[in-house]
Amino acid sequence: MSDIAPTPVVRLSDAAIRRRMLAEFWFYFRQNRGAVAGLFVFILLVLIAVFAPLLAPHDPTMQYRDALLVPPAWQEGGRAAFPLGTDAVGRDMLSRLIYGAQYSLFIGIVVVAIALIGGVILGLLAGYFGGWVDTVIMRVMDVILAFPSLLLALVLVAVLGPGLTNAMIAIAIVYQPHFARLTRAAVMSEMKREYVTAARVAGAGNLRLMFKTILPNCLAPLIVQATLSFSSAVLDSAALGFLGMGAQPPAPEWGTMLAEAREFILRAWWVVTFPGLAILISVLAINLMGDGLRDALDPKLKRS
Amino acid sequence: MVRFILSKLLYLVPTFLGITIIAFSFVRILPGDPVLLMAGERGVTPERHAELSAQLGYDKPVVMQYFDFLGRLMHGDFGNSLVTKKPVLTEFMALFPATVELGLCAIIIATLIGVPVGVLAAIKRGSWFDQISMTTALVGFSMPIFWWGLLLIIFFSGILGWTPVSGRISLLYFFPNVTGFMLIDSLLSGQKGAFTSALSHLILPSVVLATIPLAVIARQTRSAMLEVMGEDYVRTARAKGMPPSRVIGVHALRNAMIPVITTIGLQIGVLMAGAILTETIFSWPGIGKWMIDSIARRDYPVVQSGLLLIAALVMVVNLLVDLTYGLINPRIRNK
Repeated sequence: MSDIAPTPVVRLSDAAIRRRMLAEFWFYFRQNRGAVAGLFVFILLVLIAVFAPLLAPHDPTMQYRDALLVPPAWQEGGRAAFPLGTDAVGRDMLSRLIYGAQYSLFIGIVVVAIALIGGVILGLLAGYFGGWVDTVIMRVMDVILAFPSLLLALVLVAVLGPGLTNAMIAIAIVYQPHFARLTRAAVMSEMKREYVTAARVAGAGNLRLMFKTILPNCLAPLIVQATLSFSSAVLDSAALGFLGMGAQPPAPEWGTMLAEAREFILRAWWVVTFPGLAILISVLAINLMGDGLRDALDPKLKRS
Repeated sequence: MVRFILSKLLYLVPTFLGITIIAFSFVRILPGDPVLLMAGERGVTPERHAELSAQLGYDKPVVMQYFDFLGRLMHGDFGNSLVTKKPVLTEFMALFPATVELGLCAIIIATLIGVPVGVLAAIKRGSWFDQISMTTALVGFSMPIFWWGLLLIIFFSGILGWTPVSGRISLLYFFPNVTGFMLIDSLLSGQKGAFTSALSHLILPSVVLATIPLAVIARQTRSAMLEVMGEDYVRTARAKGMPPSRVIGVHALRNAMIPVITTIGLQIGVLMAGAILTETIFSWPGIGKWMIDSIARRDYPVVQSGLLLIAALVMVVNLLVDLTYGLINPRIRNK
């Protein structure tokens, strides 16, 4: 005769489970000081982009003809009206940098969204169906990966025509094989699990199995890859802008600003330094965040 | 081993065909008539147009055109540049050594600094050296290299006046092109100061190009070392009383090097992408600048064949990396 009372079954609501998972995630993410700093800078960047019209002292494309290449305010010859100076046609650097944040975030979001959706669908199809579907999709991905990414993006933009939209499409096409490969690998390992078999026996159809049963369990590596792709997208789109194939002047995109500033590098250091610094800080913040996300989401690294 | 090599080679065939299809369709997708494009602004009469179309094979079905294209490739005919009228392959071969010289220097810099830094960071895990070097590596990894190059030019060429702004060598020197590598050719020429001039032209571009691979190699070496140092055989070696230098240098490092070598090899794609930007900034007469100029000039045969040649090159180097991996790690070979 046992006198041990049966343990009461604690039933957690879905929301409570989600809250617990989030709390656990935040616990691991917080361990990484760099990641928290990166997150902070990233939030700041988002705020700057959203409130750009309020923050910017001038219109980003307004040319002040009496203020060409004015140095930053703290330097001799600087003016208080232009804290970070002006460029060769008299546009306020600070305002252009603030508006540039909109471009970078927009590019990052669009590129990652296209690459993620395309890559996940292709990866799911390849991993789930296997056989010739898998072979065809993955061979095509291999071909795309065989090209150096920036070169392929450049040539695609040359075909589609220079411009921001085409640059984003090109970069997304170049990035999506990474998502397809990751999804495929995750799907293939999940397919062997009992819960998938159980769902199949219970009568779940292909689409439900793919998107509702398997996909949510493959998300961790995809989130990490999405963060890394976000920073690469900001970097590559700036590179395309710098090469004259991305956003076109007078757009205050940071890479395009650098391209316009090139001829003044030995005369006006500020027109070159600030846009690049803005790119570096944004990319670094996102990469720091990505490192933290990987540590927090990858159970293999958690224990070490 | 032979089977391993053959299976890898076989695997490349569909990828290579895919590359040729992309390069081929590239010119087809372009808006506009290729014949009119070649004729330029003068335009052509309808008869001449038909004649040219037939001559270039544009009157045949697309599939036939593709096979013709493939056939010409197999004979080493990569077409002619619209601008210079020279064969694309000749131009590629003339400019290729400049890019190889730059890329080799960059990868040597990246390896010579990246591997020791990664090893040291792993040994002294958590120390200030580890934290500073890994933070620096992340900064390097996030670097927009086209901006980094401009900063270095401002500082070293503009303010200090130490290095030239562009090109491969000062115009004062002229010597025969023996190997295509400026550093070697300038030494062979025996002219005083030629080697120094070549070196001073090379140093900034190679540092710029080395930045991202250096960061990747340092990070990869550190994590590979950390993983290996947790292995049983390393603990056994330590427990036997082996000196730490031997444990790290022989037991740990040799095993950690396997993934690191792969990482170094895989940087070739990164280098090619970086070369486009680096060569543009420093007016380095290599493949990257050639491609950018050709895109700007709408020299489509060059863009098409250049894309094909570069992709094939990256593919072959990746194959060699794979094979080396199989050579040093028998477990891969027999999978």
